[in-house]
Amino acid sequence: MKRLALIASLALVGCAQPGPKPLYQWAVYQNSVYQYLKSNGAEPGAQIAALEAQIEKNKVAGEANPPGMQAHLALLYAKTGDDVAAQRLLEAERAQFPESSAYVNFLLKNAKKDAGKAAASAPAEAASQSKT
Amino acid sequence: MKALTQRLVRCASVVAGIGALLVLQGCATPPKPYDYTAYKEAKPASILVLPPINGTPEVQATPSVMVQMTQPLAESGYYVLPVSLVDETLKSNGMHTADDAQQIPVTKLREIFGADAGLYVKVTRYGSVYKVVNSETAVTLEAKLVDLRSGALLWEGSASASSAEQANNNQGGLIGLLVKAVVDQIISASTDRSHPMAAIASQRLLAAGRPNGLLFGPRSPSYGKP
Repeated sequence: MKRLALIASLALVGCAQPGPKPLYQWAVYQNSVYQYLKSNGAEPGAQIAALEAQIEKNKVAGEANPPGMQAHLALLYAKTGDDVAAQRLLEAERAQFPESSAYVNFLLKNAKKDAGKAAASAPAEAASQSKT
Repeated sequence: MKALTQRLVRCASVVAGIGALLVLQGCATPPKPYDYTAYKEAKPASILVLPPINGTPEVQATPSVMVQMTQPLAESGYYVLPVSLVDETLKSNGMHTADDAQQIPVTKLREIFGADAGLYVKVTRYGSVYKVVNSETAVTLEAKLVDLRSGALLWEGSASASSAEQANNNQGGLIGLLVKAVVDQIISASTDRSHPMAAIASQRLLAAGRPNGLLFGPRSPSYGKP
């Protein structure tokens, strides 16, 4: 009977124990993606600051950025027109997660193409924007 | 003679007892184990979460659920393609709805995103139902994991989470109390009740190691364990 009680209490302890240590630090990232999707990418500036601060914190604490975090930040930078920062962060995502190589390469190739196109069509775009 | 009858009776009652135990055990046995043959052969390392199809009237369901899928998949050991960028790529290629996106041929998805597997989700319940005494917030998800290299179905499952669980879980012991605590916490901390509920449903759906759930991916220390 005593032994049974012991086993029962062990089982309870088993339940109450926290799970294994998470692989990644999840602060900021998911919420930032949710804000982005909800608002269709409006106002990336505040999100950029929050993500940069968290990435710096993770570095100091020795915690891993979750999959997609640096790529998401790259997207936000691209929205503000900072293509240099966007490219740097896409490359950082690819370095941390080689599984992303095919997609990151696809995005970098397209960005180059778009940059050429944007330069060619920039005057027209500016004209159409000034009308609205 | 009397001793023999007594022994027979005792024997019969033991047999009956065992029988009853077996019946009870039958009730508690989990459903038929999932056939993981194709999944184990495919060994996916990266997962593309496609925008979830919304079978509810709540417009927020698709972005909300799409966001919540990343954490359980990544913590299970998979690389998850960045959902905001994926959404952007799909939209800039004319795929404006989840239904459009989930119709894209797997070879095309593999070519652009390079992911080993795609996660196809349908949201069948999302939101709050207000009743006289209280309200219930519930999320129900159905998912299929498909190999983007072969088109083969690797896994499918479904999961729900509901704020009504706290009422029904009174006799649920410690786990019931834990669920109640989590639910209370998120509800008091947020005005958007369905989004955190989607997080719980996503955890239940996608955290590896649950009965008939996903297997661990290569980035998990539990990879390759049953």
